[in-house]
Amino acid sequence: MTDLAIRLPTIRVARLSPRLAVRDIGGVTKRNLRRIVRTPQLVFMSIVQPTLILLLFRYVLSGAIHVPGIAYVDYIVPAIFLEAVLLGGMTTALALAQDLQAGMIDRFRSLPMARSAVLAGRTFADICRNALALAFVVMLGLLVGFRFHNSVLACLAGLGLVLLFGYAFTWVYAAVGLAVKDPQTAQMAAILPMFILFFASSALVPVATLPGWLQPFAANQPVTVTVNAVRALFEGGPVLHDLWQSVAWSVAIVVVFLVISLNLYRKATA
Amino acid sequence: MTAAIEVDEVSKRFGATVALDAVSFTVDVGTVLALLGPNGAGKTTLVRVLTTLLVPDSGHARVGGFDVQKDARTIRSMIGLAGQYATVDELLTGRENLELVGLLYHLDKELYRTRAQEALERMSLASAGDQQVKTYSGGMRRRLDLAASLIGQPPVLLLDEPTTGLDPRTRNDLWGFIEELVAEGTTVLLTTQYMEEAEHLADTIIVLDAGHIAASGTSDQLKDQLGGNVLEVRVTDRDDLDRAVSMIADLGSASPRTNPDLNQVLLPVTDGARVLIAAGRALDDEGIALDDLGIRRPSLDDVFLAITGHSASSSDTNPPSTGSTHD
Repeated sequence: MTDLAIRLPTIRVARLSPRLAVRDIGGVTKRNLRRIVRTPQLVFMSIVQPTLILLLFRYVLSGAIHVPGIAYVDYIVPAIFLEAVLLGGMTTALALAQDLQAGMIDRFRSLPMARSAVLAGRTFADICRNALALAFVVMLGLLVGFRFHNSVLACLAGLGLVLLFGYAFTWVYAAVGLAVKDPQTAQMAAILPMFILFFASSALVPVATLPGWLQPFAANQPVTVTVNAVRALFEGGPVLHDLWQSVAWSVAIVVVFLVISLNLYRKATA
Repeated sequence: MTAAIEVDEVSKRFGATVALDAVSFTVDVGTVLALLGPNGAGKTTLVRVLTTLLVPDSGHARVGGFDVQKDARTIRSMIGLAGQYATVDELLTGRENLELVGLLYHLDKELYRTRAQEALERMSLASAGDQQVKTYSGGMRRRLDLAASLIGQPPVLLLDEPTTGLDPRTRNDLWGFIEELVAEGTTVLLTTQYMEEAEHLADTIIVLDAGHIAASGTSDQLKDQLGGNVLEVRVTDRDDLDRAVSMIADLGSASPRTNPDLNQVLLPVTDGARVLIAAGRALDDEGIALDDLGIRRPSLDDVFLAITGHSASSSDTNPPSTGSTHD
């Protein structure tokens, strides 16, 4: 008791240095990576749907869709890459909602750790999971006849752009997961905007073939500019305009949803 | 003596529900305070305020002299929290859970590794330390949860219903651990629905009812508030209950309470032996068959009932696995 009477008044004011914040993020990322490695079935589940869509468009619908100047397999496969990382990001919402319900978020919030570490650690781990899913879908794409036609550097830049876009959306999903709090609802809430963005874009068919009223939206939304940039990087041709727009979208999405997510996290209760 | 925890006029409402109504108390360094009350009394809300998880609508709370709102990070570095919903990661091993918490307490790697090993040994989890938590029993999870809250060696420990839903043996083990920590100088605030837990562990008990403090003191002080002893009558036939009440009501120092489920009448009395004989004679003359008749010291249950007008344990039916219920 005397020991404590001495200990209590000497408690120092705890401060957070950038070094400690980085260490916190590393700790949480490692925890999430361990969870991903120990539930490999979830990674495979997340690529079932892109695989089905790929097979559907590659073998069932490709005969009916004609895109001038490009083989349809080379048109559709980059879009499937994008879909894989967008769908993969949904597990961000799911995982955060699960952590909320299980009380892990309460545990984290009662610790002197960096506030941003739970969310940053989540999204960093999800990049790794997305990279794994993307590697699988790239192999699948090569199997069904997709080919890279540009320099190695440009093709790697294209894959990097896919991952960056996927990363930006994990922040959207983080906000969704924290807002709806329930894992089942989180999944449903996350899938709707994703499908709207994916289908009303140049992912599956050229924008010019969409209904007139839909075209202004479809031509200027982030999935369209990103998939256009990725295709240009794989195929060759003018890319700068779409590329900078895609990067700008990704950065803007991260900034906006990072602020929203951090706010939600601060008040989060199951 | 220094106050480890000070709660000053803290109020919190959720919509129309008042969870805490201007609650004030202090906990001295190195002592144990039990917040006793049924579900919905405001216990968890208070713990969430003290652990910086919830901002009160009004009032102030300080831990170790630091304000929970202004100095949240400092408070987080000096408290340990263990909850009724064992907050450990199922997919990590016991050791990985403890090391993660140690890292997030900003301990050096060497130190948190040593402490994780020590905590595993102390909580009898050493042999299961490298298994995933999903293989653990309920009691093991609770011990791991407590171990996690100790990694930072916090001088103040907040335990939210630490033994709810545990079997008696596991509960006794946990009580033993908590007593050891207190002997080492840790200040403990715990919430409980169990009278015997408050009686066993706490120096001071606060009876919380619907967001306000109904009574406080040591368990003896609370019992003395009731005055004397309790006459307990259990009739064989429930139809005789009302008749029995009317026969003995005048003998007591306060009005009797009935517990129809148990065919039971409880009567606070001051002159136990005389009342016991008188009651026995009166009930026998009336021809009322009895299962039990006796004098006993009031339990904290009696005290709670006398103070709040309802039983503490009647609402104690929620299994700990219901997840998101918060009182």
